[in-house]
Amino acid sequence: MTEVFDIAVIGAGVMGATAALFLARGGMRVALIDRGGICQEASGVNAGTLTLHMTRAALIPHAMRGREMWLDAPNWLGMDVGARSAPGLSVAFTADERDMLEKRAAARREAGAPITLITAAQAAEIELGVNPTILAAAYCALDGHVTAYLTGRAYRQALTVAGVTLFEGEAAAGIARESGAWAVRVGAGCVRATRIVLAGGVWLEEMLSWLGLTVPIRCLINQLVVTERLGPVMRSVLGIANGLLSLKQFENGTVLIGGGWQGRGDVVRGGVEAIPDNLIGNVRLARHTVPALGKARIARIWLGLESETADAMPAIGPLPGVPDAFVVGCVHSGYTSGPFMGRLLADIVLGVAESPHAFNPARLLAAAGSSLQDSVA
Amino acid sequence: MTAKTDVVVLGAGPAGVGAAIAARRYGLSVIVMDEATEAGGQVYRAPAPGLPRDTAETRPGETLRATLAASGALCRLGEIVWSITPLADGAGFRVDSLGEAGPRMVEATRLILATGAQERVVPFPGWTLPGIIGLAGATILLKSQGMAPGTATLVAGTGPLLAAVAAGILKVGGHVAAVVDIASRADWLATLPALASRPALFGRGLGWHAKIRAAGVPLLFGHVIEKAEANGAKLEITLAPVDRTGRLQDGARRRMTVDSVAVGHGLVPASDAARLLRAASDYDQARGHWQPRTDAGFRASLPGLYVAGDGAGIAGADAAFLQGQIAGLSAAADHGCAVPAEEIAALRRSASRVGTVGTAMARLSVPRRGQIAAIAPETIVCRCEDVTRAEIDRAIGEGARDINQLKSWTRCGMGPCQGRVCGDIVGALVAAGTGRARAEVGVFTARTPLRPLPVEALTGVYEYADIRLPPAAPL
Repeated sequence: MTEVFDIAVIGAGVMGATAALFLARGGMRVALIDRGGICQEASGVNAGTLTLHMTRAALIPHAMRGREMWLDAPNWLGMDVGARSAPGLSVAFTADERDMLEKRAAARREAGAPITLITAAQAAEIELGVNPTILAAAYCALDGHVTAYLTGRAYRQALTVAGVTLFEGEAAAGIARESGAWAVRVGAGCVRATRIVLAGGVWLEEMLSWLGLTVPIRCLINQLVVTERLGPVMRSVLGIANGLLSLKQFENGTVLIGGGWQGRGDVVRGGVEAIPDNLIGNVRLARHTVPALGKARIARIWLGLESETADAMPAIGPLPGVPDAFVVGCVHSGYTSGPFMGRLLADIVLGVAESPHAFNPARLLAAAGSSLQDSVA
Repeated sequence: MTAKTDVVVLGAGPAGVGAAIAARRYGLSVIVMDEATEAGGQVYRAPAPGLPRDTAETRPGETLRATLAASGALCRLGEIVWSITPLADGAGFRVDSLGEAGPRMVEATRLILATGAQERVVPFPGWTLPGIIGLAGATILLKSQGMAPGTATLVAGTGPLLAAVAAGILKVGGHVAAVVDIASRADWLATLPALASRPALFGRGLGWHAKIRAAGVPLLFGHVIEKAEANGAKLEITLAPVDRTGRLQDGARRRMTVDSVAVGHGLVPASDAARLLRAASDYDQARGHWQPRTDAGFRASLPGLYVAGDGAGIAGADAAFLQGQIAGLSAAADHGCAVPAEEIAALRRSASRVGTVGTAMARLSVPRRGQIAAIAPETIVCRCEDVTRAEIDRAIGEGARDINQLKSWTRCGMGPCQGRVCGDIVGALVAAGTGRARAEVGVFTARTPLRPLPVEALTGVYEYADIRLPPAAPL
């Protein structure tokens, strides 16, 4: 392979794939490299919740723009990925939870989320399926959901049309600087590019280590549960005050239960297995919130890896001290804002946007005490 | 308090019973679990209450059940195992199940999977219509209820179950419209050496055929069902001749009107439990199926895990009983018991001898290249999610490279059966469409629960305060 791409993106999740797409549309020759298929890890197996209730307060403005992008997917991505707007409710069953709900709603409202506190009776009008014993709820009109497993198909089509060169099923094994360009080792060969973007999610820690950088990335093993198809039991996106439940019914009748309960797995093996006690806890919580779920049968349980930086805020922008190297990703509850983050990175690379201070990768390097002396720069 | 045992045997068919009695012989504590309420598996399925149990057909099953009962193994029958998780540090396995007593679990140092086989059906337009069942389903009806699937049944597909089901229907007084076999007479002749090595089995097969001929049932070799259409309560079936590769030929079509069809194209290992545990597995080219990788003692790739019987590769019921014993002895030996090597070696010799027929039948049933190619575009392949061949081909055209990617793109295999029914065919379609090998295309990732799990039964009676919530998510 003698071709030198303008940029190589390593990691084809939502953020990496969106960045690659807009970089190609911005005129760059782009290589997109992933050890598997496009959006087959966290981006394709997460709960697909569009929520401002669970998005970190500091990310609210970005999440609102990310949500708009999801809903507008047919226009910029070329395919309906099942993104639907739905009312979002976060409910409280105890007085402590009500306090938490109020505090969290206030912080997020301050950041721009249109979240209001409503009574149990008002919540029951919005969501007939909710347990009438709730004490209070927070309501947001700007929530919804995406069918996450469809996104890989949509991105693949869009990337192909945009002329991105895809390296699927090709695990990147290292990066080296060779005669003024980057060489990404894949299989027996390598992909050369003037610039690189690291978009590795839970694998970002290893990718940064190739550059001599140490940034710890936490790996969460999130459990997801889906029921068989059933008649309509709910219409909103439901959560609880502490953020440990996400509940929605898709158009095909299946109900997806998530909320970040943990299973077993690691970055090497991926999500390996559910922990039965956590499964029972998660499903009890779901059934308590929407009692009609008692009649459902669970069809499938799986696990997805979620990456999180030390401050649970994303890293988006150039890597300090390393020429022509960028990073995007790793944020708690980043799915809602995902496409926006990817597009933002593309704009930063193309020179039409700047890296927001709160997302600057430099802060993570400083916090980890990473020395740039040892890096390939 | 957590229930603990040396061995859990999953499946109470011949392999499971073999494993249980062998492990019990060396004093290990054994729990045998099965979703059926009586042991026997599919092959030795117990007749429903009230039906005779002392017939030539039922006697082997009764003997097997008596052997298990006498072994001292604890039986948890009528219990659905929905989760198997390895314990920390390779200390064994936790098995979660759901039965009349509600959810319960047991921790076992060793786990023997004896989950048997499941039926493969190469789909054709109309195969999901009411009145069309699998050959295996038909044998269940015949064995446990003594009932024919309909008043006029077309028996189609391939393998020894064809004749067994047709003869079974005749025996209970039913009418068989025809027996339609994709294999030619020459294909059957090629299995003669294997059949001749097992005179008893061979004799039983000849007996079935004599019965079928005596009843004047038309026998069509080298034919398949091209399509089935509903006509009120009846089924209009179109039959077509095929060449050696299974490709449809131009020759004359035959039409038949029946009210039921029993169709099947051989058996494949029921491997979801092994896949759930991520045990290594291989695609067996000769038998045309995926199987967990096992050593000569039927140890799987995970310490403490064993797989025996048809679940480890199709070889038939007699081989399964012997393989099960080998697995049980391996478990005993690994547990520290002094098991004479000659005891295992003798069983192994017998198992490989009696397994030749089952293996030959598996080979005969491997879907042919042309048979897969002939699946019409409008044919539903995934019956849970109504995914057609055309949709699968479109996804492959858009770049789906493996079976799990295809699953996310099309929902194929995402339904309640988790791809148990369609997985083998979808693998063949993706391999054919991408030009990749079956081994590269892979298998559907197995997920908990192994069977659909009722929320009410799983969660039981509880208060909100009983739910132990993890720490709150960051603000």
